[in-house]
Amino acid sequence: MAAQAAPAPADDLIEVTVDGKPVKVPKGSNVLQACDAAGVDVPRFCYHQRLSIAGNCRMCLVEVEKSPKPVASCAMPAGPGMNIKTSTPLVKKAREGVMEFLLINHPLDCPICDQGGECDLQDQAMAFGSDRSRFTEVKRAVVDKNLGPLVKTVMTRCIHCTRCVRFAKEVAGVEDLGMTGRGRDSEIGTYVERMLTSELSANVIDLCPVGALTAKPSAFTFRNWELASTESVDVSDALGSAIRVDARGPEVFRVTPRLNDAINQEWISDKARFQVDALRLQRLSQPLVRGAGGGLEPATWPRALAAAAEGLARARGHELRGVAGRLADVESVVALKDLLNRLGLAGVDGADSVLLVGTDPRAEAPVLNARLRALALAGVPFASIGAPLDLTFPLLAAGDVVREGWNGFAVLADAAGTVGALDLGFVPGAGARGVAPRAVYLLGADDYEEGDVPADAFVVYQGHHGERGAARADVVLPGAAYTEKFGTYVNAEGRAQSTKAAVGPPGAARDDWKVLRALSEVMGAPLPYDTLAGVRARLAEVAPHLARRGALEPPLWLGADALGVGGAAGKPAADPLATRVTNFYQTDAISRASKTMARCVRARQNPVPGL
Amino acid sequence: MSQAAPAGAQKADVIGDMWCGYRGEDWYYPRIGGTAGLSSKEFVTSQREAPRDLAGVLDESSQTLFLTELWRGLAMTLKVFFEPKVTINYPFEKTTISPRFRGEHALRRYPTGEERCIACKLCEAICPAQAITIETEEREDGSRRTTRYDIDMTKCIYCGFCQEACPVDAIVEGPNFEYTTESHEELLYDKQKLLANGDRWEVEIANNLRSESQYR
Repeated sequence: MAAQAAPAPADDLIEVTVDGKPVKVPKGSNVLQACDAAGVDVPRFCYHQRLSIAGNCRMCLVEVEKSPKPVASCAMPAGPGMNIKTSTPLVKKAREGVMEFLLINHPLDCPICDQGGECDLQDQAMAFGSDRSRFTEVKRAVVDKNLGPLVKTVMTRCIHCTRCVRFAKEVAGVEDLGMTGRGRDSEIGTYVERMLTSELSANVIDLCPVGALTAKPSAFTFRNWELASTESVDVSDALGSAIRVDARGPEVFRVTPRLNDAINQEWISDKARFQVDALRLQRLSQPLVRGAGGGLEPATWPRALAAAAEGLARARGHELRGVAGRLADVESVVALKDLLNRLGLAGVDGADSVLLVGTDPRAEAPVLNARLRALALAGVPFASIGAPLDLTFPLLAAGDVVREGWNGFAVLADAAGTVGALDLGFVPGAGARGVAPRAVYLLGADDYEEGDVPADAFVVYQGHHGERGAARADVVLPGAAYTEKFGTYVNAEGRAQSTKAAVGPPGAARDDWKVLRALSEVMGAPLPYDTLAGVRARLAEVAPHLARRGALEPPLWLGADALGVGGAAGKPAADPLATRVTNFYQTDAISRASKTMARCVRARQNPVPGL
Repeated sequence: MSQAAPAGAQKADVIGDMWCGYRGEDWYYPRIGGTAGLSSKEFVTSQREAPRDLAGVLDESSQTLFLTELWRGLAMTLKVFFEPKVTINYPFEKTTISPRFRGEHALRRYPTGEERCIACKLCEAICPAQAITIETEEREDGSRRTTRYDIDMTKCIYCGFCQEACPVDAIVEGPNFEYTTESHEELLYDKQKLLANGDRWEVEIANNLRSESQYR
């Protein structure tokens, strides 16, 4: 990426003229990129900067001096001294002609189309379209394709830009999509009826310039102009993809990728995009306390906090244990750590991490896998130790890859909260193991190991979804999900990023660090911060790099001492090293509560319906 | 109006010129600052110039003595008394209303009974008073339909933008203007009420739309 971002040396630049304005572009650019560099907007459907060039929509026609015809600017290399004109009558007429052809077979169903309001064709038809049609014959109709539970198709609207086909082939690495037929009979489809077997499949929804491919789970439920956007960070995997959370009132309706060249480029995984339906299902919206009858009963905050304080106070020293879950933000982790330390103990158990060895990036961070794939296709050799994988790109034997001077490890954490918790030193303290805890504080931890929570322990669960942890708990304190709080997460690379609250927490639920602050007050060991700024100042004390948003930091916990024990005493395991993520679609409390993700799992088991 | 009139007189002139009234068949609007019609001086007697010669003094005195202004006013009253009345006996009589009249809202159906609304939300988007609330969903047959279509009739300003925006002539402002209620809540219309309105007024609405179709 660095090579791309660095400015090209002067002799690699050529000068072209766009609408009379001279502009320097790197050699090998095409005319469309030169126009973009000059700040001239050229309409386009098939061209996309991260996909190969198809040149089949013909919308980007411009006039080049000494060329007898208008040229498709995306497919025309820019030459030195080229004089490009984009606002001549010839160009206007050419684009109007192309638009008329595109609209011939496009149904005028914008009012019922989910793309309406954010549709490239709609926008450009306003600029280049006629207000009436000269076409009096019958419009063609195309049978809709079944692409699985995520992508809804209305193929009659398709303008055959082939962006989806190129995305599937080039970025996702699954050759599921293609075009069949010619001319009026051409159709985009999956040859045989089959779902898109990619974890990135839903990105074709964003790519589609018309309403042919839209989101199936949220079909017809909202209009894009009703949504308020919040720029946030994804927590469905440890990559920390940049996302935009679109909400209407108290509900999150849509998650779309945001551009971040360093992390996710402009893709996100299907889980990041479609698990948001779970944010209104199975939520913990009020405090619960286990009653005399053995069931959890609704309680007020004061009562629940008092019950939690009473139960936790029974434990002494190492008998109290805190477990941070997969989705814990570092603000709440530092608050929990401070609280436990104030109660006079050091026994803390952190979340787990996974080495690249024995990992499956396709399941753990599909966007990262797409980037690894790009590297692999560029000639970088890849190998995997562990269970056999299908990563959509070829893998070599490990011996061919590891060489002298091989520099170290890359650790791919499998959950958003993992790296942040480790950065804060949220790891088992000396003497913590071997002591059976009498009280356990589960901070959103539903994937705890049975051994960490003995049957007779008093359990406080703080989190947003009612699941395994809440079911086991004696006191449940409702917290906020990632779309409802300003929480810092550290991604697998060590980049601290913040989510932003798009909506408020439901019912009586509160920000996680606030819950811990309130509990500390009740337990008589008040934490020294009352505002989010205060928590972040404390974070900066504990781990200064967490205050520097977006910057890369080497992992503090990945020192020699962290790995030395395993290196000295390690012996080969009987089973092949395998990823802990066996089911990409359901990895945490949110995605397990999502109906859409459940449908994906079912569809994956049977990708070809009817077989 | 003379240029030499004092500032106070000018102010009074303006007030006089603002006067307008109903006179027989026509509304009468005085010309601002003009000399024709009723000049402001006829209303502001204190500003009237005193007559300077004997004839003028005699004329003015006789006008005052014989109450001519009063008789002219009573003559007008008598004339209007015998003219046909413009008042109608509402609610037993009603005036005709324009086919463009924007009254109570209605949601229409197709002759098959299928509701017209396709839940495109354009009316909700354009409503300047934000009186419309729509929630949508995919119906079992895969079509796009509303699950909720509410109009707060107490917010509505009857601008007619909703029917202008509607691509399928589903939401219309019908000819009905007699829907007063005793409580606020009754004016919070839901989809059921709007569809019932549509069924009730369909004939009139369809006629109005047909007569207006060539102007749209």
